[in-house]
Amino acid sequence: MPHYSPPIDEVLFTLNEITAYRELTSLSNFKDISEDLTQAVLKEAGKLASGPIADINQIGDKKGATLENGSVKTAPGFPEAYKKFVEGGWNGISFPEDIGGQNMPFALGLSVNEFFTSANMAFSLCPLLTSGAVEAISAHASESIKKKYLSKLVSGEWTGTMNLTEPQAGSDVGSLTTKAIPNSDGSYNIFGTKIYITYGDHDLAENIIHLVLARTPDSPKGTKGISLFLVPKFFVNDDGVIAEKNDLRCGSLERKLGIHASPTAVMLYGETQGAKGWLIGQENQGMRCMFTMMNHARIDVGVQGLSIAERAYQQALEYAFSRKQGKSPLVQSDESVSIIEHPDVKRMILDIKSKIDAMRGLILTTGVYADLSKYHSNDDSKKLYSELVDLLTPIVKSWCTDIGFSSASTGLQVHGGMGFIEETGAAQHLRDSRIAPIYEGTNGIQALDLVFRKLSQSGGKAVDFLFKQIRELISDLNNEDSQDLEIISELLEKSMDSFKISTEWISSKAIKNFNDAASSASIYLDIFGILLGSYFLSKAALKSFNKIKNQKTNSSFYKNKIQIARFFAEQYLPRVINSPVSVKAGGTALGSVDFASFGG
Amino acid sequence: MKVLVAVKRVVDYNVKVRVKSDNTGIELTNVKMSMNPFDEIAVEEAIRLKEANKVSEIIIVSIGPKQSQETIRTALAMGADRGILIETESEIQPLSVAKLLKEVCDQEKPELVILGKQAIDDDANQTGQMLSALLNWSQGTFASKLEIEEDKLLVTREIDGGLETLKLTMPSIITTDLRLNEPRYASLPNIMKAKKKPIEEKKPEDFGIDISPRLTTLKVIEPPKREAGVMLESIPQLVDKLKNEAKVI
Ligand SMILES: Cc1cc2nc3c(=O)[nH]c(=O)nc-3n(C[C@H](O)[C@H](O)[C@H](O)COP(=O)(O)OP(=O)(O)OC[C@H]3O[C@@H](n4cnc5c(N)ncnc54)[C@H](O)[C@@H]3O)c2cc1C
Repeated sequence: MPHYSPPIDEVLFTLNEITAYRELTSLSNFKDISEDLTQAVLKEAGKLASGPIADINQIGDKKGATLENGSVKTAPGFPEAYKKFVEGGWNGISFPEDIGGQNMPFALGLSVNEFFTSANMAFSLCPLLTSGAVEAISAHASESIKKKYLSKLVSGEWTGTMNLTEPQAGSDVGSLTTKAIPNSDGSYNIFGTKIYITYGDHDLAENIIHLVLARTPDSPKGTKGISLFLVPKFFVNDDGVIAEKNDLRCGSLERKLGIHASPTAVMLYGETQGAKGWLIGQENQGMRCMFTMMNHARIDVGVQGLSIAERAYQQALEYAFSRKQGKSPLVQSDESVSIIEHPDVKRMILDIKSKIDAMRGLILTTGVYADLSKYHSNDDSKKLYSELVDLLTPIVKSWCTDIGFSSASTGLQVHGGMGFIEETGAAQHLRDSRIAPIYEGTNGIQALDLVFRKLSQSGGKAVDFLFKQIRELISDLNNEDSQDLEIISELLEKSMDSFKISTEWISSKAIKNFNDAASSASIYLDIFGILLGSYFLSKAALKSFNKIKNQKTNSSFYKNKIQIARFFAEQYLPRVINSPVSVKAGGTALGSVDFASFGG
Repeated sequence: MKVLVAVKRVVDYNVKVRVKSDNTGIELTNVKMSMNPFDEIAVEEAIRLKEANKVSEIIIVSIGPKQSQETIRTALAMGADRGILIETESEIQPLSVAKLLKEVCDQEKPELVILGKQAIDDDANQTGQMLSALLNWSQGTFASKLEIEEDKLLVTREIDGGLETLKLTMPSIITTDLRLNEPRYASLPNIMKAKKKPIEEKKPEDFGIDISPRLTTLKVIEPPKREAGVMLESIPQLVDKLKNEAKVI
C-alpha cells in the first residue's frame, strides 16, 4: 500500500480560512494555541500516523483480531503502536486540563483524528470509543467514579467501550433487555448479552471500562426505562490498583467485511453471579447519558468518511500518474500517456478531491462550533452554536460516511483491474469504509433525526443562521470580477431558492404527515450536505481568489481551489436545484407500492 | 557536559522528488519538508545521553531558511533544551556549514557535537569531518553505538565488512548511522513545552563567515529509466548471460 501523507497544508487552510478557528484560539481558554503550535501538533501527529500506525494497516486487515483462550489478541504490531499513541499523549488532546487532558480545541482534535483514521481506521476505533466513555463519565458520573476511572481513560492507559446493541435491539435501543439488579452496597449486578461491541476485549491496555445500557427491575418500557452502568473488566481498588476480574467475557468475535483489526465482540455479562456495575447518572436517564457519548462519536464517525476518502484519493492519484495506458488526442507523444491525462480519470480524481475539501470544511466547522458552544463569552451565542452542532451532526455522520464509501469505490475504479486485487490496498479502503454508514445510528436513522428533531429545534434558528451565511457568501462572490465565481454564485443562488422550498415542505410534513417526511428524509439530508459542501468550497474559492488578486500568491494550490469549487457546484448543485421534485415526491410511490406482492 | 546537535531541513524522505524543468535543481515548491533522518537520530542520541545523566544541556543548531525554525522546534519537542537558528536563504555547502558550526562551538563550548553522517538531499557526507578538522577535535563517524566511559567516548562504527570500536578523547565530533537508535515521536505535552524553549536567531554575517558556494551545480537530471527485465528459462542461461552479456563473472 502506498505511503500515507498527512494533508497538513489542507487542514491548516481549512481551519484558518474556512472556519472560525482564529476567533476560537483568541479566546482565553485557548490562549496557548498559536498558529505555530497548531502546525507543530499536526506535523507531529502526522508523523506518528503515517509511520508506525499506517505501517500496520495492511497486516491488520490480513491477520485481524483473534480470540485465543478466551481473550482477544489484536493483530501484529497493534499493542506496540497503541503504546506509542498513548505515550504521545494523543488520546487526551482535547480533554480539559483538570482531568489530565491537553485542553486543545475539539476542532484540532478532529484533524488529528483524521490523520490517525486515514492511517488505520481499525486502530483509530479504540481511542474513538475511549473518548466517548470519557465524555459520558465526565458529564454524568459521581465524583468517586470520576476519581477512579477518568484519568486512566483520558491518558488511554485504559480503554472504553459502548454497549447498546443486543440481538433484538439495534436501531431500536429501547427494546434492549439486559438487566441490572441493585445490590445493597449501591452497585448493580448486570446480566445480559451485548453484540457487535467494538474493542469489547483486546490486549492493548490493562483494563477495559465498559459502559453498558441495561434495565433496572420495574423500569418503564422503551427508552425511558434504560440506565447506564460502568462495568469494568477488572475491578479497581480504592488505591487505584487493579484487582480480580469481573463476571464478563468476550464470547466470540465476528468475521466481517472490513476493519478486521478492530475486534467486534459478543459480550457476555453475568454468566454466574452477575457482572458488577455502577450507575452513571440517574436511573432511567441512560439514554441522555449515552447521547453525550454518541454525539461526539457521530462526528468522529463522520471523520472516518473523510479519512478514508483522503486515503483512497492519495492512492488513486499516485496510481493515475504512474500507470501508462493509451494515447490521448490532448497529449502529443508517441508513447502511452499516464492515465491522469484522460479526462475521465481527471474527473474521478477531482470528484473525490472536491468532496474531501467539502467534508473537511463541514467537519471542522462543526468542530469549531462545538468549541464555541463551550467557550464563547456570550450565553446566547453558546446556545446557538450548540444547536448548530446538533443540526450538523447527523449531516456530518451520514453525508460524510456515504461519500467515504463512494470515494473509496471511485478510487478503486481509477486503478482498473489492479483495484480489484487485494494486494493493491484500494479494496481495503472500500471494505473498511462500508461500516461507517451503519454504526453509531444508521444513516437512515440520522436522516430521521435531522428531519423530525433537529430542523425544528428552537424554531429553526440554526437553519436560519446557515442560510444567512450562505446568502452573505453569494453576495461576496458577486462582488468579485471573476467568471468562475459568478457561475458558482448563480448556481448557489438557485440552489438556495430550491432548498428553501424543500426545507419548508419537509418541515411541515414532519409535523403532519409522517410517511411523506420519513420517505424523503434521506434525500433531504443528502441535498443539505451538498449545499453545505458547496458553500465551504465556494468560501475557499473566494479566499483563494482574493489571495491571488492581492498578489500574495500565485500558487496552484489557490488556483485549484477556485476550479474545485466550480467543478463541484456544476456537478452537484443541480441536484439541490431540482430537489423539490425528489423531496416532494414524499411517500407517494413508497406508500402505494404493494411490497408484499414482491415476495419478501 | 553540553552537547550540540546540528539539524538540517530537507525534503521529506517519503516525497518522490522531481527535477525542475530547467534542470537547475529539485522542485521545492509545495513539497513536504522534514528533519534530515540522520539528524533525528543525532537528536535522539543526545536525549538518551541526557536521560542517562551524562549530559546537562542539548543545544540544537540549524542553518537554512526561516522555516528551519520548525525543524529546531521538532528537536525541542523531542526533548532538546534550546535552539540556535542561523538564517540564510542562499545555498549553503558543507564547508560553510562546518565553519559556522565551528564558530558556534567556540561560543558555546560543548564537549560533544553530534551530526547526521549525511543529509539526504545532497548526500555530501562531509560536514562532520570538516568540522572535526577545523576544531582539531577527535571524530567518530558512522556511529552505530555510543558510550561514555568517564572522559572517553566509545564509538562503534560501521565499516566495510564489520564493526570497529574507537576510543575517543573528548571534545569530539560524532556522526550518526541509521542503526544507532530509533528516534522517538514527540509527545503532545512536549510539543507544548517546546513552544516555550528559546531559539536564538543569527545570521552568517554575525559570525563574519563568508558562505558563498565554492562549487557550482551545472545540471540536475533524472536518473536513466530502468530497462524492463527479462525472464530466463534456466540457470545455465543465467550464467551465460552473466558471463557474456553483463561480463561480471
Ligand atoms: C462492526 C460493527 C461495530 C459495532 N460497534 C458497536 C458498538 O461498539 N456498540 C454498540 O452498541 N453497537 C455497535 N454496533 C451495532 C450498530 O450500531 C448497529 O448494527 C446499528 O445501530 C444498526 O442496528 P441493527 O444492526 O440491529 O440494524 P437494524 O436496526 O435491524 O436496521 C436494519 C435496517 O433497517 C433500518 N431501520 C431500522 N429501524 C428503522 C426506523 N425506525 N426507521 C427507518 N429505518 C430503520 C436501518 O436503517 C437499517 O437499514 C456495531 C456494528 C457493527 C457491524
